[in-house]
Amino acid sequence: MAHISLPDETLPGIVGLFSFRPETAVPLQLLAETLLRGESPLTSGERELIAAYVSHLNDCHFCHTSHASAAMAHLKCDLSLIDDIKHGFQEIALSPKLHALLGIAAKVQKSGRQVTEEDVAAARTHGADDRTIHDTVLIAAAFCMFNRYVDGLGTWAPLDNEAYREMGQRMAFTGYVRNVDETAI
Amino acid sequence: MPHIPLPGHLPGITGLLEYSQESAQPIRVLTQLLLRGPSTLTPGERELIATIVSHQNECRFCTAAHTAAADLLLGDTETCHIMKQDIDAAPVSHKMKALLKIAGLVQVSGKAVTSESIAEAKHHGATDLEIHDTVLIAALFCLYNRYVDGMATVAPTDPDFYKGLGERLVSNGYNRLPNGYDHLK
Repeated sequence: MAHISLPDETLPGIVGLFSFRPETAVPLQLLAETLLRGESPLTSGERELIAAYVSHLNDCHFCHTSHASAAMAHLKCDLSLIDDIKHGFQEIALSPKLHALLGIAAKVQKSGRQVTEEDVAAARTHGADDRTIHDTVLIAAAFCMFNRYVDGLGTWAPLDNEAYREMGQRMAFTGYVRNVDETAI
Repeated sequence: MPHIPLPGHLPGITGLLEYSQESAQPIRVLTQLLLRGPSTLTPGERELIATIVSHQNECRFCTAAHTAAADLLLGDTETCHIMKQDIDAAPVSHKMKALLKIAGLVQVSGKAVTSESIAEAKHHGATDLEIHDTVLIAALFCLYNRYVDGMATVAPTDPDFYKGLGERLVSNGYNRLPNGYDHLK
């Protein structure tokens, strides 16, 4: 049970919190939409992988699995590859650029202060430009917020990857900005 | 030096919010709502939450800026100063102490928030909405701190800079100034 009384306890993760406080849901959804589906030199699939990876490092099951499912939807991969994110990308083919960016995201997850000039220079040698570096750092930072929001209020999360299939497809192809009254996920 | 070129007259978060105005918009709206919107917590109390999280994240820019805002709103400099050493010794209500401790746990991880820490806040009269907003403010500053330091933005050393910024945060809040920031050049 969540730490606070939610209007509908059946809604998992951030969805239950959106229904508790619709005013804050609006900018939170718009931020996710802008970062993951707005303009960027990174594809939405790459950005969802960054979101899913940081959420895994933060041990946030709901955010990890839902964004991993969205990444699989974008990348047209089987849902079984979700677990590969937790296993350090043994199977999912990463470009050297994305590999370097995931390294930066992992540093941001620990602390912004951990990101070094060398980390950024390495990403640049693989073709990352200013905007790519900016978007990577901000997405990683944003998921350090979303993950803490979801777990800090003790929300529940479905366990199985399969439970996130439709959610991920909706996140990938319909997006994050939706009527907060439309609480079905 | 920042990891990407940013306007020299806008240090810390201020240059990032101008660099990426599309993502800045929902971040600004969320911050204005949480720190200045209608709430049973005063703006000064909410700035204390921002300050303790930024302090624990060792983000110099955010800590100095929100300390300056909190000092102005509370009318003293002792509260922030003492809180940073020992929350229990700070001259704030028992409810506020419990909420600041929850914020401190959120800084560590969402998972670090315990049922006991929530029960303590409720015992001292904290409402579900106050607990929700405390967790979300703390989570939001985990975003800001990582964004600011992950991009290696400049933190001015001149205390007068933060005094001016604190005054701007008190008088204008977190919305973008209608005419931008060219007057600061």
